[in-house]
Amino acid sequence: MIPAPFEYTRAGSVDEAIGLLAERGDEAKLLAGGHSLLPLMKLRLALPVVLVDIGRIGDLSFVQGDGDTVRIGALTRHHDLATSALAAEQVPLLAHVAGQIGDPQVRHRGTIGGSLAHGDPASDLPAALLALRATLVARGPGGERQIAADDFFIGFLETALAPDEIITEVRVPAVPGVGWAFEKFNRRAQDWAIVGVTAVLTDGNAGPGVGLVNMGSQPLRAAGVEEALRSGSSVADAAARADEGTEPPDDLNASPAYRRHLARVLVRRALEQAGA
Amino acid sequence: MTATDTPATSGAFGQRLLRKEDARLLTGEARFVDDLQIPGALWLGMVRSPFAHARIGSIDTSAALAMDGVRQVLTAADLADAWAGPMPCAWPVTEDMKAPDHFPVAGDKACYVGDIVAVVVADSRYAAADAVDAVVVDFEALPAVVDLEDAASDRVVIHDGLGTNRSYTWTLSPDPDAVEAAFAGAAHRVHERYVQQRLIPEAMEPRGVAAVPGVYGGDMTLYSATQIPHILKVQIAATCGVPEHKVRVVAPAVGGGFGSKLNVYAEELIAVAVARRLGVPARWTESRSENAVATIQGRGQIQQMELAADAEGKITAVRANLVADMGAYLQLVTPGIPLLGAFLYHGVYDVPAYHFECTGVFTNCTPTDAYRGAGRPEATYAVERAIEALARQVGVDSAEIRRRNYIATDKFPYNSIAGLTYDSGDYEPALDRALALVDYPALKAEQQRRREAGETKHLGIGLSSYVEMCGLAPSRVLASLNFGAGGWEAATVRMLPTGTVQVVSGSTPHGQGHETCWSQIVADKLGIDPADVEVLHSDTAVSPYGMDTYGSRSLPVGGVAVGMATDKIIDKAKAIAAHQLEAAEDDIEFVGGELRVRGTPSRAMPIQATAFEAFTAHNLPDGMEPNLAAQVVYDPPNFVFPFGTHVAVVEVDEETGAVRLVDYAAVDDCGPQVNPMIVEGQLHGGIVQGVAQALWEEAAYDADGNLRNASLMDYLVPSAAEVPSIKLDHTVTPSPTNELGVKGIGEAGTIGSAPAVMNALIDALAPLGITELEMPARPERVWSAIQDARRAPGAAGEEGQ
Repeated sequence: MIPAPFEYTRAGSVDEAIGLLAERGDEAKLLAGGHSLLPLMKLRLALPVVLVDIGRIGDLSFVQGDGDTVRIGALTRHHDLATSALAAEQVPLLAHVAGQIGDPQVRHRGTIGGSLAHGDPASDLPAALLALRATLVARGPGGERQIAADDFFIGFLETALAPDEIITEVRVPAVPGVGWAFEKFNRRAQDWAIVGVTAVLTDGNAGPGVGLVNMGSQPLRAAGVEEALRSGSSVADAAARADEGTEPPDDLNASPAYRRHLARVLVRRALEQAGA
Repeated sequence: MTATDTPATSGAFGQRLLRKEDARLLTGEARFVDDLQIPGALWLGMVRSPFAHARIGSIDTSAALAMDGVRQVLTAADLADAWAGPMPCAWPVTEDMKAPDHFPVAGDKACYVGDIVAVVVADSRYAAADAVDAVVVDFEALPAVVDLEDAASDRVVIHDGLGTNRSYTWTLSPDPDAVEAAFAGAAHRVHERYVQQRLIPEAMEPRGVAAVPGVYGGDMTLYSATQIPHILKVQIAATCGVPEHKVRVVAPAVGGGFGSKLNVYAEELIAVAVARRLGVPARWTESRSENAVATIQGRGQIQQMELAADAEGKITAVRANLVADMGAYLQLVTPGIPLLGAFLYHGVYDVPAYHFECTGVFTNCTPTDAYRGAGRPEATYAVERAIEALARQVGVDSAEIRRRNYIATDKFPYNSIAGLTYDSGDYEPALDRALALVDYPALKAEQQRRREAGETKHLGIGLSSYVEMCGLAPSRVLASLNFGAGGWEAATVRMLPTGTVQVVSGSTPHGQGHETCWSQIVADKLGIDPADVEVLHSDTAVSPYGMDTYGSRSLPVGGVAVGMATDKIIDKAKAIAAHQLEAAEDDIEFVGGELRVRGTPSRAMPIQATAFEAFTAHNLPDGMEPNLAAQVVYDPPNFVFPFGTHVAVVEVDEETGAVRLVDYAAVDDCGPQVNPMIVEGQLHGGIVQGVAQALWEEAAYDADGNLRNASLMDYLVPSAAEVPSIKLDHTVTPSPTNELGVKGIGEAGTIGSAPAVMNALIDALAPLGITELEMPARPERVWSAIQDARRAPGAAGEEGQ
């Protein structure tokens, strides 16, 4: 429970943080809310040489919208997203999911950028962003680029973010008034989901979006379910495809076979609740 | 005999006083061991075995010693001369019990993950932690035994010198022929197998220790997060060889224990040894993940439970056979824990024939020892689960089978077949009230409605009636069990010259609220404000005599001693008043804090005035010692036997196997309540701890003896979000054993609750053909049981598919 020795620096701006990352390379790790990184450091599973604290960069904490898109600053705390009236109206799934993360202490300290950069398949936010077809904005020494949520999560705790890049914001298409649901199955309210399902019944070309929590080595889209819904299948038939293409983990809480079963049940429930 | 409410008293006894302790605990003013500022203290880091069973080869300390701030790295060989004796096991339960030598640092072999193999001494906690990682130990891994029945087979013997993993077999069988005859002639027989999984106590404050030597005086002060400073003092003398009169043990604010701090731990002894060796203070604070493997665990039993009954379901015999997990070594009272339940496998039922047998076996896991309830939750679980199986066999309701078997109220004090005398009891009123609290008939109707409608969320209602023996005391009874200590408790009460009161308590709190309750007992008797009473405790220099806190003994032993000492100073005050008011002592009455001459109210003096007179000693009766103070050491004639009935209501989601506790009612009887708010707090926490065994908690070891859930992320201690608001009520049946009529309540909630929840779960799933589920009822375990039941030939749900 005592981390290995490390250096600590505080960045006053995004540019300063990027500069420090470029200078220190693999040795450096960004510290925002600290709710994923610090537990790993205390267990000595993460051994960064230098922490670059970006927690006090004030202009990265916001929830704003222009009617088409909701923009959320990377340092926005889960609590601020969960209680944002704008988010509740325009991206209600995301606001609700943010309110289900961990416990009140975690939600007041943890940041959405930190959670996304960690790339944990058991996190709730990535599955919500996949279902909502969100875009992440990252800035590095070469400037700013946009990365679709689908392209962002690429492996276990692995993202498309370059070592010298910082997530600055998340852009989510506004979907006011559409059906949505979040099914989180866990044994205690504060825990990671054993399996979670996000669903948004958007129409248009893309069709409904369904995300899966903790069903593989990375956050997943339930592509089979979405395809079935687009082609007019019943909810039951679509839900039966929930575990297609997944490789669920095996742990004390659940075997892979049980997780596959849960995914099918929870997708069905989510779609029913969303009004499919 | 049974009242429905605590009788109103004129004074502080029975009031819901806010706890005196809380302001300093909640503001951070209270100091726990880790908060202590100890100039010059060196920090200890423990190098622990990552293997459950391994031969210890060479230990390379060079890299660690080369690190900044590292003073020494000590192995078993380095510390060999530090020990006057092995670590204590104070409860050799049988003459032929096999106990391995157990020293604080393992020498030849490590026997569980977490066994200490070397000790780092460093300038800071950080330097110690870094150096622990740098010590290189050449382990030769050996096959490990984890499963209890596998261990009993001696396929792998853990302690070479013992030749077996079986430590002891202890039998209580007053009349074996009667048991055989009862089973032979029974109309109904129940034979169930239950598994009590290992639990991790998870006190809020992990352990911590600081040993401060007096270099020239030869004395040693040990600060420890312990429940037992007095017992620890004796053991420090015996194990480390520090003369006992030179040892002082202080338990500062202690953040919970649940039995886990009722022990003498390697780290305490190592701190003393290092402090003596180097002549400077040595300290250590346990981390949470260390706590999971290095602090004792609870439960760990396989129970074969049999009932014989007549055609109406009246139980005619109980036969219980246990295999109990000792873990790798015997800690302070490890072997005796299952035996604290040995007398209670017939619970609240009037049973004429009884057999109990327990075999304790070693495994390559963390040692087990006392954990809230200690033996009694296991016994209650077995009998309360088995009687439900009997009810199903006989075809009667859960409440009815209990009514047919309860010990009749007119049989108290009740001499049990197992050899106990239950002090007082009246079991049906608690059952009736508990059923009323949940509206039992309405629940049964709703359950039936859901079944008929084919709904997938099944309702289950589970009962549990318990009695437990607590207030661990009678020294002679403990002697008959070969327990290595007495069971008395000491208290001193002194009214100071200005009229305020100091109480010195031998029983040592670690969260219970002794200061509040002892103040209420004293203030009630003296007719004063509880705020005028200060309770001193937890320091052997302040309170030299005590037997400490465990087994729900504080109130029925220590609290009663406080009351008796108060009575003694009242008697002395009467003698002073009689002398000064020139009346006969028999004519003095003590009313409302005043000593009055009977029939002449104007001739009176407040008790505070007698305290001042006793202090000046100017005008005392001839031969009377100065000062208004008295000490009592109380050794009760019997245990006390709190009881009650709990009802759990669960909802099981057939599709996912999720179990949700939707309602919970408990009606408990601990006699008169000193502070009902504190009683309710004990019950809330205790009940949830038992519910946690049923639904969430388990120390999950893999086949190689690795603990798979050594963090609070994976070891599922429930929070308030997981449990409904608990409905509490009580009855009041005083104990005739002590002057206050009180019984302990610290463990009752935990004892009653796990079987209520599991009975509810089985009640929900019985129509599917499920009659047994192991704890904890993980959703996948429940779901798999439902799938298996569906696949079974003739399954209830088959025709519907």
